[in-house]
Amino acid sequence: MNFKLKDIGPQLMTVIAVVLVFGFFTYNAQVNMESRGIDFGYGFLSQESSFDVQFSLIEYDGSHSYFRAYLVGLLNTILVSVIGIIFATILGVIVGIARLSPNYLINKFAAFYVEFFRNIPLLLQIFFWYFAALRALPLPQDADAIFGIAFLTIKGLYVPAFIWQNFNIFFYSIVAAIIAIIVIRIQAKKLQETQGKQTPVLLISIGLILILPLISFLIGGVRLSFEVPVLKQLATTSFIYEGGVSLPPELIALALSLSLYTATFIAECVRAGIQGVGKGQKEAAASIGLTQNQVLKLVVMPQALRIIIPPTTNQYLNLTKNSSLAAAIAYPDLVLVFAGTALMQTGKAIEIVSITMFTYLSLSISISILMNWYNKKIAITEK
Amino acid sequence: MFKYLKQLTSLVAMVAVLFTFTTESMAAKKSKTLKNTQKKGFVRCGVSQGLPGFSNADAAGNWTGVDVDVCRAVAAAVLGDANKVKFTPLSAKERFTALTSGEIDILSRNTTWTLSRDADIGLTFVGVNFYDGQGFMVRKSSGITSVDQFKNGISACTNIGTTTELNMRDFFNSRGISYEPVAFEKADEVVAAYDAGRCDTYTTDKSGLAAQRTKMKNPDEHIVLPETISKEPLGPVVRQGDSVWEDIVRWSLNTMIEAEEYGITSANADSMKTSDNPQIKRLVGAEGEMGAAFGLDNEWNLRIIKQVGNYGESYKRNIADTGILPDRGPNELWTKGGILYVPPSR
Repeated sequence: MNFKLKDIGPQLMTVIAVVLVFGFFTYNAQVNMESRGIDFGYGFLSQESSFDVQFSLIEYDGSHSYFRAYLVGLLNTILVSVIGIIFATILGVIVGIARLSPNYLINKFAAFYVEFFRNIPLLLQIFFWYFAALRALPLPQDADAIFGIAFLTIKGLYVPAFIWQNFNIFFYSIVAAIIAIIVIRIQAKKLQETQGKQTPVLLISIGLILILPLISFLIGGVRLSFEVPVLKQLATTSFIYEGGVSLPPELIALALSLSLYTATFIAECVRAGIQGVGKGQKEAAASIGLTQNQVLKLVVMPQALRIIIPPTTNQYLNLTKNSSLAAAIAYPDLVLVFAGTALMQTGKAIEIVSITMFTYLSLSISISILMNWYNKKIAITEK
Repeated sequence: MFKYLKQLTSLVAMVAVLFTFTTESMAAKKSKTLKNTQKKGFVRCGVSQGLPGFSNADAAGNWTGVDVDVCRAVAAAVLGDANKVKFTPLSAKERFTALTSGEIDILSRNTTWTLSRDADIGLTFVGVNFYDGQGFMVRKSSGITSVDQFKNGISACTNIGTTTELNMRDFFNSRGISYEPVAFEKADEVVAAYDAGRCDTYTTDKSGLAAQRTKMKNPDEHIVLPETISKEPLGPVVRQGDSVWEDIVRWSLNTMIEAEEYGITSANADSMKTSDNPQIKRLVGAEGEMGAAFGLDNEWNLRIIKQVGNYGESYKRNIADTGILPDRGPNELWTKGGILYVPPSR
């Protein structure tokens, strides 16, 4: 052992300082809470919450516990984050590629979109989509049907509900198709490496994912019908739609503004990634006879992704954290339900805020781990 | 030059410290909040983010309302000037944390007095300055005239973090009606969403409904339904653990109500000093030692009445004359058929 005080000294001091600061804050909070007669404890989580939530993915009402309310908020946060990440990624990739387009109009339009949406504060955009755009939507009784089955109104988007018969057979057919595709991909890769043969993997995959479920319909006895929302009158001028599935306008406005905002940053990541691949790489690939598509798929994208993934991970994390702005427009996310209503009803500020912080931390770290794993997977492996 | 400046400031500081020590009474020593307030020179008061009649700021940033007047009364009592108040607008969600964390010293923000709030979260309610109850507002055109006409699927806009959310659930559950609660953090957002047609009804305390109605695009298109579904005694709140400060706020409010009972107004308060009625004389600091127990001088209550007025004046100025609730209803003195009844100042 050749530990030297000079080496570990500063680190030891840092650790002691951190412990002392934490200790001071804990002690301070304890003394102040005691002098004001506030109890500390997490026992309230099992108590009856006695408030309702507008929109929930799991069964919930006020007779459930505060912990259940926490889960409702957490799932709603995850829901809007996942929707936001999917749409932001799709839109971001399209816009990022469009910014590199030689077509003047497409190029400038994409540039305008990026500069416009990333330079307006997100909260304002949420307010715009919720209050300005929402006000322009029709009342339920005035709404025109979209394709005769869906209705976009001020009270939300009403879409038909799927009613399945023998859903499990349909589900197995999808699983079987996915497994078949994976097997074929591995085989195709082997074939390519050993015999240099190309297999049209994409075509076969699309065929499989369509045909197998179709078979389940034809001979598996799977039936699908739709329950179309129907207008119902509550009072002279007040209507709603019954039946089907309703998406609250709060969810739509929040997902929309989060995706439009974050897509601008992802677009810039994508642009940076593609531009970061040297021109010589493309020319060299073309010179050995690869087609335009092969150049993109085999040479440019694998290198571009290495540049794109880390900053895009940041954007995913930002989107998840920004979803807490939901409180402004009544979307019942973790902050509104748990750090809002539940905090008010119990008064357990320190407990609830600490749980909420820890939850966001866990969410962010999970996304980080997932993206780091993907990043490692696509990194250049030295042979 | 700088050397002298430094010496001068330390001298001033020493004098100031000495001065506070000598003028400070026993009660003030016991009350940290009172001491801090007098040192700062203003009362730190938490109010709403804008509720006409209760606490509302005009374009110039001047706060008015019956809740605001409670804080002004305390400022008049402890600092001698009703204008020495720093108002902090708070959402329903923020209010209790702001008080328990010491950001404000009085919360006067249309807050309902309930057992769990009083007992659980380190707060003490000092009295009631407005007796209210929860009601519903609907569009006139809907044809709804009573809560009995509510049907399954109705959507109700409200604030988060209020007793409203709980009462609403109790109400709809007891009637077996399924409903969609849409809860916003700020009152302005609730009003905007309801006004846009997002919700069929808007529910909160009836005084709040009457006040917010004035903010609607077209107030005449909306009505408040006659039913009251809960008791909402609204009053000022202080932090638990400073009983002297608690007493000061309680008796500042009581003074305003009692002054109305004895006919003492901001206009005639000085002349009441020579009244024959000892109770009136006590209320204007002309008899007894009514301030010593709080660490205040004897004319603290006179200043409240002179600078802020009695409860009736405050109600008339803020709620009746603004057309929010011209009828005082339960908020009338017990001698005139209401339920305002406070312990005597003696």
